[in-house]
Amino acid sequence: MTSQTALGPTLRGTTPPSKRVTSGALRRRKTTTVVLSIIAVIIFLCAVFPVYWMINTSFQPNNEIRSTTLHFWPDNFTLRNYYTVLFEPGRTPFLPALGNSLMVTLLTVTVALVFAFLASLAVTRFRFKSRKAFILTILIIQMIPAEAMIVSTYRVLDGWHLLNTIAGLTLVYVATVLPFTIWTLRGFVNGIPVELEEAGMVDGLSRSGAFWKITFPLLAPGLVATGVFGFIQAWNEFLLALVVNSRPDMMTLPVWLRTFQTLTGTTNWAAIMAGSTLMAIPVIVFFLIVQGRMTSGLVSGAVKG
Amino acid sequence: MSTLNSAPPRVPDAPEEAPATTPAGGKANARGRFGAKFTPYSLLVPSIVVLGVVIGWPLINLIIMSFQKFGRAQVFGAPPEWIGFGNYAKVLGDPTFWEVLGRSLLFCLVCVVITMVLGTLIAMMMTRLTKFFRLLLSVGLLLAWAMPALTATIVWGWIFDTDYGVINNVLVNVFGLDFQQHSWLIDPVSFFFVAAIIVIWGAVPFVTFTVYAGLSQVPDEVLEAASLDGAGYLARFRLIVFPYLKSIFVVVTILQIIWDLRVFTQIYALQGIGGIKEQTSTLGVYIYQTSLGSGEYGIGGAIAVITVIILMAISLYYVRQSIKEEEL
Repeated sequence: MTSQTALGPTLRGTTPPSKRVTSGALRRRKTTTVVLSIIAVIIFLCAVFPVYWMINTSFQPNNEIRSTTLHFWPDNFTLRNYYTVLFEPGRTPFLPALGNSLMVTLLTVTVALVFAFLASLAVTRFRFKSRKAFILTILIIQMIPAEAMIVSTYRVLDGWHLLNTIAGLTLVYVATVLPFTIWTLRGFVNGIPVELEEAGMVDGLSRSGAFWKITFPLLAPGLVATGVFGFIQAWNEFLLALVVNSRPDMMTLPVWLRTFQTLTGTTNWAAIMAGSTLMAIPVIVFFLIVQGRMTSGLVSGAVKG
Repeated sequence: MSTLNSAPPRVPDAPEEAPATTPAGGKANARGRFGAKFTPYSLLVPSIVVLGVVIGWPLINLIIMSFQKFGRAQVFGAPPEWIGFGNYAKVLGDPTFWEVLGRSLLFCLVCVVITMVLGTLIAMMMTRLTKFFRLLLSVGLLLAWAMPALTATIVWGWIFDTDYGVINNVLVNVFGLDFQQHSWLIDPVSFFFVAAIIVIWGAVPFVTFTVYAGLSQVPDEVLEAASLDGAGYLARFRLIVFPYLKSIFVVVTILQIIWDLRVFTQIYALQGIGGIKEQTSTLGVYIYQTSLGSGEYGIGGAIAVITVIILMAISLYYVRQSIKEEEL
């Protein structure tokens, strides 16, 4: 950390005899800190505003938000919009979409974690011929945009009669999430020294016993974090779901939200905001839990440079 | 930076002098570690099968399709005709494609530059804040980062709503400007202004946190020495901080370019709220419209292949840099 407190650098600055550090310099430092703090608050407000506005709108009666007076607080608090979204039988029911989303996401995370776990063991604990090629392929696959693949993915799935099925979308998502999952898990496994297992083996554990009793528990936080990333990715994915599961009863939440928004038009923003909130809340909660590990995987190569 | 920042290795009852019998990952112990039943190849089989089936096979299909006359008729069983580079010629000769490409590149450029500058400035600011304000800022940025792209787009769509949006309301009632019933999305320039806000708002947190993590690795002593030698804030940034963070900047910039060039959700959803498709499509949306909208699968395939080639060329450095970390 470069400076813990605003005074830190100033105090250090008093040592050189050549520079006269007066109370003027100190005051200038203080002014800078105050100005920076004010800017920080402004940025905070800009960053938070859409989230706040979404939640704020979702608790207001629809006729109230369709007026010229702005309500910065839901003074006429209502759960009506959530009721509309959840239980009002319209053309796009929320609950089946929620069910589809949950099913696809949980299946994706489970399958991807197991597959990625095995693959990451292979590339970290073994040295074999095509290891480098595999890792390279993983990285390159990660760069292929889903936009480019939609047509052929659609046709391939169509050929296997997997369009508009949970299995089909899960299969696509597993492949989408897998490269990132392998790459991240590989980092976590690498962080656990092989020597630990070897020490366990010296103490009489079998090879696989050493792995399961020593390395695996240490890997648990990594598995959880990677799983949550996979969850967020699959939960938010929009384009592939739009193409592959377009039938209303097979929609996932993002496709539902977009359809709901198009059908409702601009007539019921309050209900649209309630739907948005319902979709965003699980992601935000999960995200806050694991955010610390988010950046490291993506730029770990750069830092070592 | 290690990816594992928790769980300090605890060795249960391991004697310090435990002899490291084989070097880590040596060929000799590779095969034996999990017994004969788990060879590295068998561990890779599930991943390779899934990736091959869902990415590899469609990718081959895509390339083949881009060389064929492939429209609606072919979907219903007519044999596709092989037309060589016909689709590519058609795409490259179509002014709409160049418009879309130019629009995408320009949008990407603007978003990336603003995101990088803002993200870096905020990160540098964070190092000079008191603990409370740094935490406050982090929480705010995290919330923005966590918002799903689609939800964010729809919420911003509501904020910029023509009739009851908060932006128009404030512009009219607080600033007295003529924004009554002003439609932000009908004009392409203002459409992309809103789209850029959404993209930048969502991307700045990632840049900020990454650069901030990098900044905390610049040794204090070096900076101090420089400031004793009379280097001002700008000089310190240009001569010390920037060289330290150069590779982070490059990788983050590349990731931003890739993400912003292939932007789909924000543009597509914003068009649904009220944009004119013909004037606001970017590459991703254009592929979608050409293929699934108009049923021109062959041409859509050609555009997709061109997009993949552009993105691959941009991401080469990122891939190389990531591979570097693998000590081989």
